[in-house]
Amino acid sequence: MSGAPVLEVDGVEVTFPVNRPLLRPFGRPHSIKGVAGVSFEVKRGETFALVGESGSGKTTLARAINGLQPVSAGSVTFEGQRIDGLGRAEMKLHRRRMAMMFQDPIGSLSPRQTVGELVTEAFRIHGSEGRDMRAETARLLSLVGLPLDFADRYPHQLSGGQARRVGVARAIAFNPVLVVADEPTAGLDVSVQGEVLNLLNDLRERLGLAMVIITHNLHVVRHVADRMAVMYLGRFVETGKTEAIFSEPSHPYTAALLSANPEPDPDKARDRISLPAEVPSLLARPSGCEFHTRCPWAREICRSTPPPASERAGRVLTCHFPLGPGEHPPERIGL
Amino acid sequence: MSVLSVNGLTVSFTTDGGTLTALRDVSFDIPDQRIVGVVGESGCGKSTLINAILGLLADNGRIDAGSVLFQNDRELTRLGDSDMRALRGQRISTVFQDPMGALNPVLSVGHQMINVQYRSGRSKAEKIARAVEMLRKVRIPDADTALSRYPHQFSGGMKQRIAIAMALMMEPALLIADEPTTALDATLEVATIELLKELQRDIGCSVLFISHHLGVIAELCDEVIVMYAGEVVERGTTRQVFNDPRHPYTFRLLDCDPARQHQRVRHLPTIPGEIPDLRRRPEGCIFAARCHRVHYACMRTPPVTEVGNGHAARCWLAGNPETVKVTA
Amino acid sequence: MLREPLGVLGISLVLLVVLGAVFADFLASADPSKISPRNRFSSPGFEHLAGTDQLGRDLFSRVLHGGQIALAVALGSTAVSLLIGMVLGLIAGYGPRWLDNLLILVFDAMKSFPTVMLALALVTLFGPSLTAVVVVVILVNVPGYARIIRTQTIALKSAEYVTAAQSMGASTARVLRVHILPNVIGPLLILASMDIPVVIAIEAGMSFLGLGVRPPTPSWGAILNDGFANIRESYWIVVAGGIPIILTTLGFTFLGETLRDVFDPRLKGR
Repeated sequence: MSGAPVLEVDGVEVTFPVNRPLLRPFGRPHSIKGVAGVSFEVKRGETFALVGESGSGKTTLARAINGLQPVSAGSVTFEGQRIDGLGRAEMKLHRRRMAMMFQDPIGSLSPRQTVGELVTEAFRIHGSEGRDMRAETARLLSLVGLPLDFADRYPHQLSGGQARRVGVARAIAFNPVLVVADEPTAGLDVSVQGEVLNLLNDLRERLGLAMVIITHNLHVVRHVADRMAVMYLGRFVETGKTEAIFSEPSHPYTAALLSANPEPDPDKARDRISLPAEVPSLLARPSGCEFHTRCPWAREICRSTPPPASERAGRVLTCHFPLGPGEHPPERIGL
Repeated sequence: MSVLSVNGLTVSFTTDGGTLTALRDVSFDIPDQRIVGVVGESGCGKSTLINAILGLLADNGRIDAGSVLFQNDRELTRLGDSDMRALRGQRISTVFQDPMGALNPVLSVGHQMINVQYRSGRSKAEKIARAVEMLRKVRIPDADTALSRYPHQFSGGMKQRIAIAMALMMEPALLIADEPTTALDATLEVATIELLKELQRDIGCSVLFISHHLGVIAELCDEVIVMYAGEVVERGTTRQVFNDPRHPYTFRLLDCDPARQHQRVRHLPTIPGEIPDLRRRPEGCIFAARCHRVHYACMRTPPVTEVGNGHAARCWLAGNPETVKVTA
Repeated sequence: MLREPLGVLGISLVLLVVLGAVFADFLASADPSKISPRNRFSSPGFEHLAGTDQLGRDLFSRVLHGGQIALAVALGSTAVSLLIGMVLGLIAGYGPRWLDNLLILVFDAMKSFPTVMLALALVTLFGPSLTAVVVVVILVNVPGYARIIRTQTIALKSAEYVTAAQSMGASTARVLRVHILPNVIGPLLILASMDIPVVIAIEAGMSFLGLGVRPPTPSWGAILNDGFANIRESYWIVVAGGIPIILTTLGFTFLGETLRDVFDPRLKGR
């Protein structure tokens, strides 16, 4: 975990145009910020997790890193070179070093290609000089622990876990330095989730990959990520070492997310921070601290003044009143 | 007294590849005013179970054996179509993962909530009052004006709550909830579970709650049924099953949940292997091929062994908890 | 597919027509264009299996050779329509919004021409000929094919596996060829096979009206026309022209329906 970062994201913003009804030209913004200025870096052999609920902008950020979504401000630097705003041909050179995995294990595999074709697609795209496709298929399938006879199967003949393995094999085919995985355990059974996470952990170690994992499942984050960022309305509200955040969440939103993860233990006392209301619309971002509409600790200043980002022991936080250890909300507020 | 009593239910489907036994010898009880959870992974037969109870099996499916007794007097497997329809939505109602399955996008919420009450004999004004009352109960803001709005004007979490309100409108005796919180974000998921628990107490109905999320089951349910490849492998109270699992599958499944590991672990536990092909069920114990405690006796189908008050597991080792928990 | 009785019937009929056309020179007992005034209006018999027409030409031979024309026009123009429709549909579906709008406008404009008017207009341009028939068929078919491909392409454009391919750096051509086309072409092939009888009918119809194939080239439509003109002298000319048209259209229709059922089992029995 040393040397220059593989990926540096600096102040990245992603905006989407909004279709406005012609008769209502005032009041609402022309565009919304799906990602509103985030910065982080990932080093070789390190896993960084982006955590947030739906609409937090985590998937948009992943797409922006890969150039699938244009970046409207800030910069993305990959292996020391700026890659935001590159044309398709230049981006193609970087894409062989940067692999993406998508949410749906089966839906992210082209339905009429065989597993053999799928795992070697990178070679067909980026050139396969001197490569023996059969040998490559065998190498990749064995790396992800699938028998060779799977090469002739089609995606619909695979279980979720098997399809996910194929997705992993596809991602690592060209020996990338960075893997961006969007919800790698989504749609998988509990008994299979561990398999996929173990596989990703193994490969990261063996191949020295840098990984970005995007998920809403905090339990997964704890076991795979070295550092994590919690996203809310397109911004990072808390960033830091995974262990530290788990043992002592400082932002109320992080604390609420952690407490909102039911554990399979019927005897466990539920000391839960309930968040009132729902995530605000990006069209109408709240004033001040954007979390104040749901924050049980919100005070007057939170409604008016956006909190500055503060750093403390490697932890970056945007909150006026960070939580102390084991602090609980002043009152329980229901749904 | 039990609301629903399933006994020896066996369901099969005729497919191109032969007869597929989706449920085999499934038995359990849903007692009055209790929440019973069904845990299982894909292919365990959860959906078939719901459809068999509701009399909605696909054309190629049939009930080979067993009974589904509702409130001790109606045998659902032999109930006629019109009687079954009268029961569904009134005495037995359902909530699914996608609330849009229950909500018609072109009708206002109020219109649909009034429609649900068509067998109630209430006046129009009473129906409206009841709809508003239910919306308040599920914490839809501005319940009165919400009636005139359409489903797409609500967020995903609110839509699911409206679907729950509609399902509970007629105060059914049994609510079947099929992964109702799976599509929701974590903070909404727990809020919805708490709401469901509250409504269940309020109305006094029983709930059959299907989920793959062990944490949600542990939190919400009084009793649990663990299913594997179409069989009930273990059942008991939530405490019995989660604290003292007697079937190796239950034990391993609980072990796999990353939420149970409080320290970061190098390797997360898994259950290697796949569920067997249900068109060619192996002889003997259905879990044998993946079991870490498999031995010669498993060549024969194990009996359902009662190990405690209402706690039973279909395993030769069920009476011997220490053996079950030894990992290979 | 061979388990469907209609499919078997369809395949048999299509095979019969195709074999008849392919081996026309071998099977025909006489030159289809040879005029023989002495044999005018001979009734069907050993010498002339289907009888002769008003010019004494052997109808059986004319029907076989007419099959060549019918199949060549049907298969050829359908294949060309497929190709053009596919390319335009992919461009409209995957390309920029303005291009999509423009192409849709073109498709709708083409579709709004009545077939007969279109045929008459083209014949005045090209004169009655095989080319006119082929162009009419292409103009009639392409908009529908392109629209089907376009709609499905738009649906697949944001599929995760397409995004996945893009994220790997796949070129647009590769995305279209490997990831989109194989998943959108199925319904189109079925539709096209069910359109073949329509094309055969268009060819026969235009030839019947004298807008298609020029005499003396044999065409089922032209034979039908001859029979129609001489219906008082003989009934067998109409029969010789009509039966192959009926059998071929039936054959291709059954085949298409069976293909649809086989490829899309969800539609079965609807």
